[in-house]
Amino acid sequence: MSELLVPFAYDYMIKAMVISALVGGVCAFLSAYLMLKGWSLMGDALAHAIVPGVAGAYILGLPFAAGAFLAGLLASLGMYLVNQVSRLREDAIIGLIFTSFFAFGLLLVSIYPTAVNVQTIIMGNVLAIPDDEALQVLIIAAVSLTILTLKWRDLMVVFFDENYARTVGLHPIRLKILFFTLLSACTVAALQTVGAFLVVAMVITPGATAYLLTDRFHILLLLSVAIGAATSFIGAYLSFFLNGATGGIIVVLQTVVFLAIFLFAPKHGLLQTRRAAAASIAEHEQTS
Amino acid sequence: MKDKVSADISLNVSGVTVTYRNGNTGLRDASFSLSAGSICGLVGVNGSGKSTLFKAIMGFVTPTTGTVQIGGRPAAEAMRKNLVAYVPQAEEVDWNFPVLVEDVVMMGRYGHMGFLRTPSVHDRAMVTDALDRVRMTEYRDRQIGELSGGQKKRVFLARALAQEGKLILLDEPFTGVDVKTEHAIIDLMGELRDAGHLMLVSTHNLGSVPDFCDQVVLINQTVLAAGPTETTFTQSNLEEAFGGVLRHFRLDGTELHNDEDERGVTVLTDDERPVIFYGNKDRAHEPRRRQRDRDETGPPPEFMDDAS
Ligand SMILES: Nc1ncnc2c1ncn2[C@@H]1O[C@H](COP(=O)(O)OP(=O)(O)O)[C@@H](O)[C@H]1O
Ligand SMILES: [Mg+2]
Repeated sequence: MSELLVPFAYDYMIKAMVISALVGGVCAFLSAYLMLKGWSLMGDALAHAIVPGVAGAYILGLPFAAGAFLAGLLASLGMYLVNQVSRLREDAIIGLIFTSFFAFGLLLVSIYPTAVNVQTIIMGNVLAIPDDEALQVLIIAAVSLTILTLKWRDLMVVFFDENYARTVGLHPIRLKILFFTLLSACTVAALQTVGAFLVVAMVITPGATAYLLTDRFHILLLLSVAIGAATSFIGAYLSFFLNGATGGIIVVLQTVVFLAIFLFAPKHGLLQTRRAAAASIAEHEQTS
Repeated sequence: MKDKVSADISLNVSGVTVTYRNGNTGLRDASFSLSAGSICGLVGVNGSGKSTLFKAIMGFVTPTTGTVQIGGRPAAEAMRKNLVAYVPQAEEVDWNFPVLVEDVVMMGRYGHMGFLRTPSVHDRAMVTDALDRVRMTEYRDRQIGELSGGQKKRVFLARALAQEGKLILLDEPFTGVDVKTEHAIIDLMGELRDAGHLMLVSTHNLGSVPDFCDQVVLINQTVLAAGPTETTFTQSNLEEAFGGVLRHFRLDGTELHNDEDERGVTVLTDDERPVIFYGNKDRAHEPRRRQRDRDETGPPPEFMDDAS
């Protein structure tokens, strides 16, 4: 029994668990929106696009978050502009922009093999996060969560029906910029916990899981955040026993939860859908 | 309580040209104006620019030339004042979005709420009332994708009601809707007209236009004719607006009558409800109004449950 409490005896473990839970929660909040718009891969794209920013920041001795954030914004802006002026499909644009940013990042790292540990960017390492970076991550997550809590309804209307949002006096473009700014910021934060490769799971899976459980947006948000925070907390905790690879554990946990709910969800689960279909056929046969 | 400008709504479209990014001109030099207490039919074939005109009125696309004024104000300002309610074409809505019927109607109240958009008791009452007026109260807990075509339309109509817009724009409200619901929507629009609202309704359903529109705007890339239904919705204008797209039947006087009566019947149809002109060939005639169900023995049209 006491063995299970051992992780709580270490400051670095508590720090890792709290940061992971916060980041997991805020990413899950964003995932509820991204998934609905079919923009899920946007998170992935951003995470990769951030790499040159992080590398550049290390080389110049700036806070990594600043560089990452700048790169993320540049990439979003790039995607938006190419989308406006070209007739390429969105997925092609996303692919184009993020691979070029990522390639540029790798190039930077290989030319200036400084203190940057590419491994850290790509795999994340929340267990060894320095205090100043931990603080950056905490601030990003806390500010994002506050803004989202205040503005979730406006964002919902914009994501549901952009035109209508305008007729009730909202500003869809401003709100979308706000959203993508938060997404860039949170992707930066998540980079530290799970790494660039797995950020995409953090900004898709919890929302997709919650979507199977409810037809109401605010409940979807709550469930999504709960799933994201809980799996991240538990993932960080388990990584103490499994020795490292926090990101991998978190994402595996999220996937397990998703699969369970995909099968057993009360209304939209696979089994229930089958059962309902069978019942309706049986009923039909009985009456005829 | 409300100032005069918002009490007497008007719509002024002058010289509006919309060119899309790909170079397509969706609408050319469109001008017309409408005032409060009216239902105006916006009639034209597919691709004639009806939806484009709506988008231009609401400022979703910026006209290359021309201006739109709503209640004497620019569109953006009018929308901030909640003067405009919009009922979108069904294809524009994401039906899988996790919102219930009542959530969608509540969105109509957002413009009236504060920074945090927390619904007040009054907001909730308006939603309940709007749902009641379109007979959707019993479906308020349904996810919006789980409704029939007519019910979906009614939800968005309720959202417009809850918003209390003075100018209501309806893009193809009768597409995919059964006749009963169509009549109920028409009746509701009549009530709104009597309450001083101004409605612009796009349709290519010709036959019902004379039933409920007191004004019409005929468009095909540009405004071909605009004015009161009696003088504007004529056979020759329609033939111009629809070109060769319409089916055209004519029965002359001799085929209809056994006497010397020269009047004939002309039926124009685009495969939905036809419009019928009766009278001498070479004169402009008023279109015939159809007899409505209520004039006959059946019950008055109401929003019926068309789910089952
Ligand atoms: N987003 C768009 N980009 C380019 N052309 C468009 C766009 N939307 C509409 N159009 C063009 O503008 C014209 C008018 O279209 P629209 O207003 O949708 O017609 P309607 O609603 O009457 O069917 C058509 O020729 C259409 O091809
Ligand atoms: Mg249209």
